[in-house]
Amino acid sequence: MGRITLDKVAKRFGDVEVIPPLDLTIEDGEFVVFVGPSGCGKSTLLRLIAGLEDVSAGQIRINGNDATMTPPAKRGLAMVFQSYALYPHMSVRKNIAFPLKMAGVDQATQDAKIEAAAKALNLTAYLDRRPGQLSGGQRQRVAIGRAIVREPDAFLFDEPLSNLDAALRVNMRLEISELHNTLKTTMIYVTHDQVEAMTMADKIVVLQAGNIEQVGSPLELYHKPRNAFVAGFIGSPKMNLVPGSTANDSSHTFGIRPEHLDISDSEGLWHGVVGVSEHLGSDTFLRVTVPGMEEHLTVRANGDIPLRHGDKVYLTPQADKVHRFDSKGLRIE
Amino acid sequence: MATKQSRSAARIMLAPAVILLLGWMLVPLVMTLWFSFRQYLPLRGGDQGFVGFDNYIRFISSSSFWPSVQTTLIIVGGVLAITVVLGVVLALLLDQPMWGQGIVRILVIAPFFVMPTVSALVWKNMFMDPVNGLFAHVWKFFGATPVEWLSQASMQSIIMIVSWQWLPFATLILLTAVQSLDSEQLEAAEMDGAPFRSRFWYLILPHLARAITIVVLIQTIFLLSIFAEIFVTTGGAFGTRTLSYLIFQRVLESQNIGLGSAGGVYAIILANIVAIFLMRIVGKNLDA
Ligand SMILES: Nc1ncnc2c1ncn2[C@@H]1O[C@H](COP(=O)(O)OP(=O)(O)O)[C@@H](O)[C@H]1O
Ligand SMILES: [Mg+2]
Repeated sequence: MGRITLDKVAKRFGDVEVIPPLDLTIEDGEFVVFVGPSGCGKSTLLRLIAGLEDVSAGQIRINGNDATMTPPAKRGLAMVFQSYALYPHMSVRKNIAFPLKMAGVDQATQDAKIEAAAKALNLTAYLDRRPGQLSGGQRQRVAIGRAIVREPDAFLFDEPLSNLDAALRVNMRLEISELHNTLKTTMIYVTHDQVEAMTMADKIVVLQAGNIEQVGSPLELYHKPRNAFVAGFIGSPKMNLVPGSTANDSSHTFGIRPEHLDISDSEGLWHGVVGVSEHLGSDTFLRVTVPGMEEHLTVRANGDIPLRHGDKVYLTPQADKVHRFDSKGLRIE
Repeated sequence: MATKQSRSAARIMLAPAVILLLGWMLVPLVMTLWFSFRQYLPLRGGDQGFVGFDNYIRFISSSSFWPSVQTTLIIVGGVLAITVVLGVVLALLLDQPMWGQGIVRILVIAPFFVMPTVSALVWKNMFMDPVNGLFAHVWKFFGATPVEWLSQASMQSIIMIVSWQWLPFATLILLTAVQSLDSEQLEAAEMDGAPFRSRFWYLILPHLARAITIVVLIQTIFLLSIFAEIFVTTGGAFGTRTLSYLIFQRVLESQNIGLGSAGGVYAIILANIVAIFLMRIVGKNLDA
């Protein structure tokens, strides 16, 4: 069981309100990702749930019980820190055993659990090494192992992949998703990387300045962003957001994703010049400068499109893929 | 300093400093060795030539020798134990966020800036004086007979005075070590269900091991030769005669430079034994 409910939870550091009162429910077994730009309060929110920070107001319930004042160790949550926070003077085995030892688990059970976790995480060969003798990916796995053996009601991850290189990050992403499928335990995962959010989450919580901008499944957020911030934050490359007037549209802000712009060499809504293009092989991302628009448009085209720097193109947004926002940034249906 | 050329250049440039330091060390050492083999009584006939190992035999067979070695080791050990334990406690306390932190930290460091002679005098006259001392007043207030600190509890008193002087040093070094401990590790341990004493034992203490080693090694070097505190308080009486104090008495009170020099060589040997002993126990903390 791992159902977590936040009820008007708020956090102030001195006079600064980092998290204005917010409500959120995380269902048992869900993989929830908190995503948002750096400094928006994701870590703070996670630490409030973990009990490492005291809430300034509101109530946190875990499995229906009020846990607002419960000390971190008693909440049944395990956390994987961004710095891994491994204990440097202990071997990998002792690191993983530490929570069991603190809980007074007997030696035989400890050994069995450590063996199982080490096997699942490919750490068997490293059990007697110190954390300092491991690579970043291995340390990450030890941190996860230390969390797994506690069999918590929910796992909390704070940007666990941000210290890894790109290739390893893709791997670990899959491993963590795989882990979630096997354990079926609630996971709360914090990241600033919307790709991680989109690929891993059952439910994404988009945060900005401590406010929840939108909660939904990855595709809900992609297809129906509730406001211009979410529209610009979710999706890669970013959605093009231009003033409605430049698109002969009545809306305040007119949004169209790069993949929903049709390219033509003879006719279209906008007429522009191709700037720098990024060739990824499968796709080509073109930056097109349109006269009268402050920002260039990004267009996703086929990988073998023959356009070059300086070529002229016509662009047309696909009518059913357009997003419109009013002057407050809210979505217009 | 990777290439052969840069290495030899470095060696040439370092040479003057190394030679100067070597001379600085060697000249007094050689002079001590030289006098230790001679009968040299400045007021009673001056330098009277070589006497072989006579001085060494006389010094070591004196009834004061072994007690002085013992006294030295007890003082060093006592001060080390007190400063390390209290230093860790103070460092942990000072690391807590509190009001007036800056001032409290300066106050804690202050005793280190007081000269040994002065602090020993302050302790002797203001605190430990059996008639007018602060302690005497406290004892009288509770109806007890004042303790004559420097004669009845002479060793404890000297250990207390010297510990007071060295506690700031230990606290300072240990505080920087405490501050360098990753707070996420402590939080992780907290979530893992470790109470404070487990966090202290499994995380904080291992993290402090290196700093404690440095405190122990540096303090030992200075504590082996403490002098002013004893000179000012007991004058070596009441069982507080350390090896360095014994040497001082031989050289100045008995005016026997040869005998004192032989004692100096014994002091060097003692310091080396202690150093080897310490490196064996705690030296491994300095690797890795
Ligand atoms: N202990 C603290 N004291 C004061 N301000 C803090 C503290 N922790 C975080 N903050 C502030 O709260 C905001 C959110 O921080 P954080 O939750 O770490 O952001 P994120 O993890 O989303 O990058 C930041 O502006 C940060 O400066
Ligand atoms: Mg963060």
